[in-house]
Amino acid sequence: MSKVRFFIALWAAKLSVIALKITRHNGTNFPGVVALKLCPDFLKIVKKPKKIIGVTGTNGKTTICNLAIDMFSTRGKSVLNNSLGSNINTGIASAFALGVGIFGKPKYDTALLEIDERSAPLIFPNIKPDVLLINNLTRDSIMRNGHPEYIGRILTEEMQEKTKLILNGDDLIASSIAPSNERKYFGIESLDTDVEECINLVNDLRICPKCSSILKYKHLRYHHIGKAYCENCGFESPKCDYEGKNVDLENMTVDIAESDGVYSYRLLNDSVFNIYNVVAIVALFRELGYTHEEIEDMLEKIEIVKSRFDVKEVGEHRIIKQMAKDKNSLGNSRAFDYIAGRPRDKELVLMMNSLGDSKHWSENICWLYDADFEFLNRDNIKNIVVTGPRAKDYYLRLKLAGIEDDRISFVEREIDSYKALKFYEKSDIYILYGTDSITLCNNVANNIEKAILERGETA
Amino acid sequence: MKIEVLFPEICNLYGDLANITYLSRCIPGAEIVNTSLKDEPLFVKERPDLIYMGTTTERGQVLAIETLSKYKDNIKDCIDSGVNFLITGNAIEIFANEIIEEEIKVCDGLGIIDFSAKRKARKRFNSLYIGDFNAGTEPIKIVGFKSVFGYGYGDITDKYLFMTDRGVGLNPEVKEEGIRVNNFFGTYIIGPLLILNPPFTKWFMREILKIEDANLAYEEAAMDAYQTRVKEYSDSNTGVVY
Repeated sequence: MSKVRFFIALWAAKLSVIALKITRHNGTNFPGVVALKLCPDFLKIVKKPKKIIGVTGTNGKTTICNLAIDMFSTRGKSVLNNSLGSNINTGIASAFALGVGIFGKPKYDTALLEIDERSAPLIFPNIKPDVLLINNLTRDSIMRNGHPEYIGRILTEEMQEKTKLILNGDDLIASSIAPSNERKYFGIESLDTDVEECINLVNDLRICPKCSSILKYKHLRYHHIGKAYCENCGFESPKCDYEGKNVDLENMTVDIAESDGVYSYRLLNDSVFNIYNVVAIVALFRELGYTHEEIEDMLEKIEIVKSRFDVKEVGEHRIIKQMAKDKNSLGNSRAFDYIAGRPRDKELVLMMNSLGDSKHWSENICWLYDADFEFLNRDNIKNIVVTGPRAKDYYLRLKLAGIEDDRISFVEREIDSYKALKFYEKSDIYILYGTDSITLCNNVANNIEKAILERGETA
Repeated sequence: MKIEVLFPEICNLYGDLANITYLSRCIPGAEIVNTSLKDEPLFVKERPDLIYMGTTTERGQVLAIETLSKYKDNIKDCIDSGVNFLITGNAIEIFANEIIEEEIKVCDGLGIIDFSAKRKARKRFNSLYIGDFNAGTEPIKIVGFKSVFGYGYGDITDKYLFMTDRGVGLNPEVKEEGIRVNNFFGTYIIGPLLILNPPFTKWFMREILKIEDANLAYEEAAMDAYQTRVKEYSDSNTGVVY
């Protein structure tokens, strides 16, 4: 009976794709919704590829998955993936519904799945990754994720025994997940920008996991990411199997030390987040059996997906669209820190407004007070435009960050942001947008581009 | 003025510590004393002008209870003698009789406030909040957020802090929210309560902290955001629980 149900669900899911195309609807999750509705055991029954690779964690999993898919494709290998759908159970069910033939035979020998860390209870009982990469566990949506320790507990409770873990050894919350599972650690030895005392508002691991004394850091990158030790009991961060070192931002390379030597790889972006992404992906592909030369070759041929960070030169300005996940304080802090450290004068448009929330209720804005808006209090950030449903909350938060009124502008609708810009000479204009504002961000950017061109600057 | 912040290394979730940042901007010269788990609390030796503790993890609750159990009598004395406390989020559960998860007792609380905390292991309860604080003359509207794993259960009809208009009280069955005993102010509301509620903060500074010429930092911006929020949360078209 369950088989009959499964095939009805599979065929209905496949038909739903055709229906969506005919009616010109998006809805990349819809096939999975249909499949799980008709057959709740769909994920359990569906035949899987021989190898399943999972990527989870708070920040960077989409980037890592996109990079990995591109790396596989440079070798002529296509993998089952959920990059067009969501990373929760319905998105993964969609990927599997499309990743098998009408008689249920897998079309791929490998699956690479981005897995929402909070959805582990719905996914791991049925999808058992052979390898799972956990990039980090940090604060995310307060409403959904609570705090990283809670997510770590869920992942540990749901982890399958056979899953080999590839963990960020510089993140003591991520690296402590499922301690009995086989594991490899990756990390970065040191960076010029490292500190010893946390300068962020949020550090989710200030006390020793063993004795509760205040932890010290030999190298602290940001928040709780770094090399920690306890003066009281001797506890320390794990030794990394893949350790990034000698980061060279001029030549955009990083050396990665492993047991049999030190190898150099190309960096794809100069943000610390993305340096971690490269070290993580090298660790993943090495554990999958690829050689250093093969990985080096793959990295030479790929780029970071533009939808997350996109630069366009217009006249003497650059319009930079930077995704900063709404409700994710740490993601925003990283974006603020990165932007503040860039050369050139800047104007910012803040529109991480959780538009989805504003349709039904009102955004919980507590995360604004976990995010380091203080990083934006820099001389070369000349003007910050607050706009949209939470503009007044942003304004108040910027005041608390010490930013004076003459550097804050208000405009009611995001689309009118260009009206509040001052277009300083050779300045960069950053649009920080959330996950549900991609189209709006593009429209805002288009209006800014038009405004620049109307000022007589040529594209 | 001395403000003691209990265990900021673990009681720091959801922007709660911004309450102290804001108070320090409103009260120039205020001395913030951060007490860690391994320190002897300031309230053991002297009476701080305010003792603050914010939201923590579930493990953090256990650690805080273990530490504060040694000073339970001191805390009782402080509350009885009118020392000012501001406790936000799930830190209020540290003062309860017990913490229960999925019907199983996790640990005893300090047993200072007569209620029990009951939570789910894997469920978040989220709501907006709007209610009234009885300031003696006319009520002050309170706005905020709840994002919790559980609720408090017990009879608080004679010691509640806020009366709920929309949102959830101590638990979904009651309108009373939070605990007030003398100058102990405890609420399940998370985050920057004082920043979001300038009228309450001004009252708190004047009437509780005894600052006669209480001035709020960024008062105009805070009031503007507050009035917008009060209007938004009072609107029946705005959903409050999800």
